[in-house]
Amino acid sequence: MHPFSWSVLGSKRGVGSIGRVTAMALALAMLTGSATAEPKDPAAATEAAPAAPKPAAAPKPAAEPKDPAIQNMRVVYLGKKYSEPLPLSYAEKEITDKGIQGARLMLKEANQAGNFVGHSFELVEEIEPEDGDVVAKAKAALANGDRFFIADLEPADLLAVADLPEAKDALIMNIRSSATALRQEQCRSNVFHIIPDYAMRADALAQYLIWKKWPRWFVIRRDTPEDRDYLAQVKRSAARFGGKVVDEKLYDLPPGARNLDSGYQQVQSQIPMETEGAPDHDVVWAINSDDDFGDYLMYRTSSPRPVVGTQGLQATAWDKSYTESGGMHFQNAIPRLAKRTPVERDYTAWLGFRALADAAMKSDSVAPKTVKDYLLSDEFKLEAFKGQALSFRTWDHQMRQPIILGGGTRVPVSTSPQEGFLHPKYLTDTLGFDEPETKCKFK
Amino acid sequence: MTRISLATACATALLLSAAPSHAATIFVSNEKDNTVTVIDSETMKTIKTIKTARRPRGIVLGPDFKELFVAAGDGDIIDVIDTKTLEVTRTLDSGPDPELMAVDPAGKIIYIANEDDSLVTIMDIESGDVLAEVPVGVEPEGMAVSPDSKYTVATSESTSMAHVIDNATNKLIANVLVDSRPREAKFSPDGKELWVSSEVGGTIAVIDPKTWKVTKKITFEVPGVRPEQLQPVGMDFARDGKIVFVPLGPSNRVAVIDAATKEVLEYILVGQRPWHGELGPDGKKFYVANGLTNDVTVIDVDSLKPEKSVPVGRLPWGVAIMPGKPGE
Repeated sequence: MHPFSWSVLGSKRGVGSIGRVTAMALALAMLTGSATAEPKDPAAATEAAPAAPKPAAAPKPAAEPKDPAIQNMRVVYLGKKYSEPLPLSYAEKEITDKGIQGARLMLKEANQAGNFVGHSFELVEEIEPEDGDVVAKAKAALANGDRFFIADLEPADLLAVADLPEAKDALIMNIRSSATALRQEQCRSNVFHIIPDYAMRADALAQYLIWKKWPRWFVIRRDTPEDRDYLAQVKRSAARFGGKVVDEKLYDLPPGARNLDSGYQQVQSQIPMETEGAPDHDVVWAINSDDDFGDYLMYRTSSPRPVVGTQGLQATAWDKSYTESGGMHFQNAIPRLAKRTPVERDYTAWLGFRALADAAMKSDSVAPKTVKDYLLSDEFKLEAFKGQALSFRTWDHQMRQPIILGGGTRVPVSTSPQEGFLHPKYLTDTLGFDEPETKCKFK
Repeated sequence: MTRISLATACATALLLSAAPSHAATIFVSNEKDNTVTVIDSETMKTIKTIKTARRPRGIVLGPDFKELFVAAGDGDIIDVIDTKTLEVTRTLDSGPDPELMAVDPAGKIIYIANEDDSLVTIMDIESGDVLAEVPVGVEPEGMAVSPDSKYTVATSESTSMAHVIDNATNKLIANVLVDSRPREAKFSPDGKELWVSSEVGGTIAVIDPKTWKVTKKITFEVPGVRPEQLQPVGMDFARDGKIVFVPLGPSNRVAVIDAATKEVLEYILVGQRPWHGELGPDGKKFYVANGLTNDVTVIDVDSLKPEKSVPVGRLPWGVAIMPGKPGE
């Protein structure tokens, strides 16, 4: 029996009203002084607030909460089951619920906090199949009055939703795409970027490599749009911080099946051949968004060099090894819910929802305009296990945040920005596009 | 030979008992070492290192100074140390991940923040019985009991609130929103103000216990130090409640605040990442634990100058001080 079991109910589509009403009942219970009282079981909660079965298709109207004293925020998680690369290791399980588990955790925590101050939260899960129409779903939600979105979407879908005329005053949290163009030429004033972009990731690693006095980087990459984006940012980082891309190799062996019996023998002889002949370098920078060869590089390169990038040492918003500044809370909470360790997208979904919930409670409003103004104000200082307050860059709506360097190791290696890199305002603004270099022009 | 040393021992004992009672014993929890360092305040030398359960952080003495309570977060228990023998004599089953604790002025009840369970556990010290569990916000940490024992306050780091428990009923009566990541709560000695430090928000909220409303927010500013490094954590009243010492974490400084005007009087440079400190029993020195330099800095309360630093264990976290020497 858990005092907040109602919020798990609230996370399921179609039973949102149960979650909300129960949340309000609990909030009232707290206010009337029965804080230690727990709902006996979900059935009892349902009894108090019977919910008629609802048609699965259209989301129910965003009705005003019955108690006018309680302000309810409804957040729509809009996602699509894009085909994602399988983990290179055959032993590693494919994860099919990245992101949404973080949002579910935040629903529980937001209600836990909201209870105390007259706010409640709902989560509507709209995750479409790969050939589904997220724009239609977004239209339906917008027509229904929803304005708060967590977007687990690739750039084209994200922009299609953001550019809907009725989405003009919506707040869309990008928790998935690191594409730099979304923060630059293709920025939108109704989109907030929770996840770091490739520029922030490249800068975070570059600062560490410069601090280590390892300035010569040998890039090995594939050629997906993500890889080309990341490559451009690595070159930008080199120019900013005094590094050098000494050579750039396109890895073009076909990916083929994942690890096979005795397959390592072939890999062991292939990788030295692929990496020999490169000019002198300090590290190998792998750019392999499809995750189909990067891990093969480690311990197998022609010269003994560490591997960084999309494999090896990675720059990430969350890592399974990270425990600092209260981070164990998240490391423990996700497995309880999802029966697996947290991944970066769980964290960004949690954080996107958290930004909305925090702004709603602190500004004491669920009006999109008020929430947005608060998110962009100096008042907004979000705690999220990074040892300092997170906030949004006003020029492109990217969340400024320290970046964890980890990924391949059992304990994190470091956190960027590194000491010694200076900035007049926020040290974290040494990562990614700073105000003077922004190409974002909000319309 | 035996006679001589016995005589010397007697003379020493006489000297010690005759000396004015400025002597104090300082306890420092070392988060990384799983130990508590015991320091003699006169010599500032370590007299014993006590092994504890894993990850000792919160450290607090009972009002009669007979027992020292150490919250061992990874051990999921509270070690109770006999201050006479300096041994762990018993443990309290605190529930998971205890971080900070507060003991009521009568020394009968201990209030424990269970960080991972979003609970405040209220426990009878003598029997170890759980009297109540109060659900609060996510990641509770700071705990304080009002001087009149009427209220207990818990701060929740993730929810950014100070939760007020009525000690007569063990129910929540107020929830006050403060800035991000509230770490510690402290009542002024006269009980007329509740101070709550927000580490990530970089502020201290002063709350009126009559209305449970924030009446004032204190901010910090040091030229040349990035604002995000000015992170208030611990708070200790000194000079009979006239000033407050506030260790400021990664800025490597302790702020001194005028309790009446709420203005910052001084920033004292100490070791790296101070979080918690404690005032000596005679009120003349303030001792602060520097997490990253593995030492404790002694600050003179009159001059507000750092006097010296002494080494302790790794990642020193909190400080508790009792008058006199162990066994006296």
